[in-house]
Amino acid sequence: MPSPGLSQFLNRFDASGSLRGYVLLMELAEENLDEHHLDEKEVVDVVVRFAGDSGDGMQLTGTNFTEATALYGNDLSTFPDFPAEIRAPIGATFGVSAFQIYFGAEDVTTAGDALDVLVAMNPAALTTNIGNLVEGGLLIVDSGAFTAKNLSKAKYQVNPLEDGSLEKFRVLEIDITKQVLAAVEQFNLGHKAGVRSKNMWTLGLVLWLFDRDRAGTIESLKTKFASKPEIASANIAALNAGHAYGETAELPAGIHVYKIPKAKVAPGTYRNMTGTNALAWGLIAGSELANIDLLFASYPITPASNLLHELVRHREFNINTFQAEDEIAAVCAAIGASFAGSLGVTSSAGPGIALKAEGIALACATELPLVVVNTQRGGPSTGLPTKTEQSDLNMALYGRHGDTPMPVIASSTPVDCFDVAIEAVRLATKYMTPVMLLSDGYLANAAEPWKIPNMSEFERFPVEHYTKTEDFKPSIRNQQTLARVWAKPGTAGLEHRIGGIERSFDTGDISYDPANHQKMTDLRQAKIASIANDIPLQEACLGNDSGKLAVVGWGSTFGAIHQAVKRARAEGLEVSHIHVRYLSPLPRNLGELLKSFDSILVPEMNTGQFVNLIRAEYLIDAQALNKVAGQPFKIGEILAAIHANLADVGSNS
Amino acid sequence: MNQALPKLTVKDYASDQEVRWCPGCGDYAILKTIQKLMPSFEQPKENQVFISGIGCSSRFPYYMNTFGFHTIHGRAPAIATGVKLANPELDVWVITGDGDGFSIGGNHMLHVLRRNVDLQILLFNNEIYGLTKGQYSPTSQTGTRSPSSPTGSIDLPLSPCEVALGSGGTFIARTIDTEAKHLSAVVTRGHDHRGASFIEILQNCPIYNDGIFDQVKDKKIAADFKVELVHGEPVVFGKEREQGIRLNHDTLKLELVDATNEDVLVHDETNKILATMLATMKGPDFPVAVGVIYREDKSSYVDDSQQQLISVRAAKGSMQELLHSGHIWDVE
Repeated sequence: MPSPGLSQFLNRFDASGSLRGYVLLMELAEENLDEHHLDEKEVVDVVVRFAGDSGDGMQLTGTNFTEATALYGNDLSTFPDFPAEIRAPIGATFGVSAFQIYFGAEDVTTAGDALDVLVAMNPAALTTNIGNLVEGGLLIVDSGAFTAKNLSKAKYQVNPLEDGSLEKFRVLEIDITKQVLAAVEQFNLGHKAGVRSKNMWTLGLVLWLFDRDRAGTIESLKTKFASKPEIASANIAALNAGHAYGETAELPAGIHVYKIPKAKVAPGTYRNMTGTNALAWGLIAGSELANIDLLFASYPITPASNLLHELVRHREFNINTFQAEDEIAAVCAAIGASFAGSLGVTSSAGPGIALKAEGIALACATELPLVVVNTQRGGPSTGLPTKTEQSDLNMALYGRHGDTPMPVIASSTPVDCFDVAIEAVRLATKYMTPVMLLSDGYLANAAEPWKIPNMSEFERFPVEHYTKTEDFKPSIRNQQTLARVWAKPGTAGLEHRIGGIERSFDTGDISYDPANHQKMTDLRQAKIASIANDIPLQEACLGNDSGKLAVVGWGSTFGAIHQAVKRARAEGLEVSHIHVRYLSPLPRNLGELLKSFDSILVPEMNTGQFVNLIRAEYLIDAQALNKVAGQPFKIGEILAAIHANLADVGSNS
Repeated sequence: MNQALPKLTVKDYASDQEVRWCPGCGDYAILKTIQKLMPSFEQPKENQVFISGIGCSSRFPYYMNTFGFHTIHGRAPAIATGVKLANPELDVWVITGDGDGFSIGGNHMLHVLRRNVDLQILLFNNEIYGLTKGQYSPTSQTGTRSPSSPTGSIDLPLSPCEVALGSGGTFIARTIDTEAKHLSAVVTRGHDHRGASFIEILQNCPIYNDGIFDQVKDKKIAADFKVELVHGEPVVFGKEREQGIRLNHDTLKLELVDATNEDVLVHDETNKILATMLATMKGPDFPVAVGVIYREDKSSYVDDSQQQLISVRAAKGSMQELLHSGHIWDVE
């Protein structure tokens, strides 16, 4: 007999094992799926997904298509989705690597819900992705890869290209393998090396389909294979052949070049940017604005490692990197660097951040600056290393021993990682505190165009190390910020000791005095709380500051919430979007702002961590919308929840 | 630093903090010796940094009037690595114990030695957990009776110098808390060494493990139970220096011989195989080796890191240039 709690839980599942609430939302979301039909020559926006084996080069294909699309002038957002296995067996469903891009004429803030175009390089890629292709959508398949062996690996009893199961889609069936081999024959690469240009042939075809330029890809191939010119030539030949195929072959009815109007974007110079690179460059920019050296100490972990890879390439700035022996050593080396007068930064994903907790508390106790970047992934434990989630918020807020407050901020979009990284550096150095910066697997890998900022427009916040020897004590603090002095080794006359044992408020020496511990605990709390006066007041980023419903988000749900609220508002619904960047301390007017709405909906990629914070902090009956599928929210899912929420409110009133 | 340094004395190195080790603790002797030794390095005091983990020994930095950081359990080598990377000019010392350095912090010890980070690492080995009231440690002899092993510990102990050698350490030495002259000489050599200097100090805990090193400390008998290694000198010991150690070429084992035996080893601190055998020696069959057991010259991690920085910073980075690097496009 299950306990009442368990039976309640089980009741939420239907017979097929799906979570009922979730199914309901998905059904509601289905209604929105048919809005991207590719039947007009001019369409407003399109979602394309390239899917193939991990060895098929889908990420490279996607990146090049992204570049061409950005140059074309569409707004875009991308989502690389790759498996945890580095070299999965060929043809396996768990080895499917995909790259999704959403581009269009209006502002694009997510990688899109349903697919308008699916490129499936083998049966495994087809079976794992076909469920997301809209009815009437375009399916491009490499029929040459639909061999008996590959079909069986993808668990197909019969070939889906032959059994009529794909009838509701427009299928472009091409033996790409054969086409490629013909195109690269002149280079005498042999079968194995020749077939590797399949991705470029496919890219050529898709570039033709959307009227995109090949020049950028050709340039990048020349650079990439500078030392192997014959490989570069073969890839370029394949790219051109794919493009020519589109131009010349007799394609099924309704397949032709689609023109997507250019997006109306602000004038300026643009580049494409992933969240990881934006974060890395933000740290570099932060160190420049603070005029301080930075040591980035990290231990490899998915999906955070790329931050180390990017930063080690930029030591021409005043930054150095250290690949530590473990997560603990990484945070400790960063703290050591901060003690020595540089800014220590460490980075990881959830499991690694858990290991760093004791070190973070040392930085809190000794009041040294430290930036901790958590690129969140699916948890707990090893969880879903390559998939995204927002389930480390509670750990960021509370996951340390003792009363150990620290600021927590989160980035909302790939390029927002740049600004948030600068802000983390500012807060850490100004308040002499560890700062937690929350990113996630989606933000880290996703990319979007970025209007390149002008560094001279950023406010500088130069660090001043303490040098006055008169009456020096390590406990001296700035009366305004309550920050302790930063007196670095090497400064004559400032020799002093710090440590994790509680320190006297007056002298900084060890103190076991009861009243002193109370005072120091209160001080640490007050110092972090005071940061609320140094951050912007909370505003709605879309819609009014009061109304029927506010959809409140933090982190990478920004894009999906933004689009959903935009669509809801277009339907005439009274909805606002509130995006919270500062999770601790919270903006001081947040409670007041939330209370000016009849209803609050909080979508999160966890089981309800932020919504609980809001409920606890402001005694507001905020409603949760949770998804922990390792995938970002779809716009339709949030829109459906908005409809459901407003219908409920309506029926209650 | 061109200006002449003021002459420093032992007093300059004593902080204003009351020393709080138990009466009779070997740590007092080590502290005094190090405080006396520091002026001999003729360095600006503000460039000297003592970093420790957790445990009795790790209170050490509070009593040194230099920069000091009492950190968390086992992590001093990692924190010291960060300090040294941030400012290679600093003279960084790590103070640790057998529990701190080889139990909870064993991993960091391994890697700081492997990387050869330019630090002096002083390991106070008292073969017991003192600050947590007497549990057996990873260096306690099997059978140690303690609050957590009332019927005798069953762990097999590790030998710090052997582990340090195995980790790729480039300077491995052993000395004794109360032997001020020997301790000073060994630490001075460690300080001169470019890279990680690992110095095991046999230290008496009068409360929880009293007398554990009496054989090598008691003036009446010590000569028979320890051998002082000196580079280029024969490996002989005993009250009359009448015993020697040789390598048996058939068994490939060390054995005791008369000091006059022509095969008596001459200590070569650059010979890693012999160093390993000498580090392993223990009673009752062999004397305990003290002195510089092993030394080699290898590039140090921080030097190499600096070298790379000089090379990659030949052209300084420009944020504006970085932002405009790669594919960019203009929107009118």
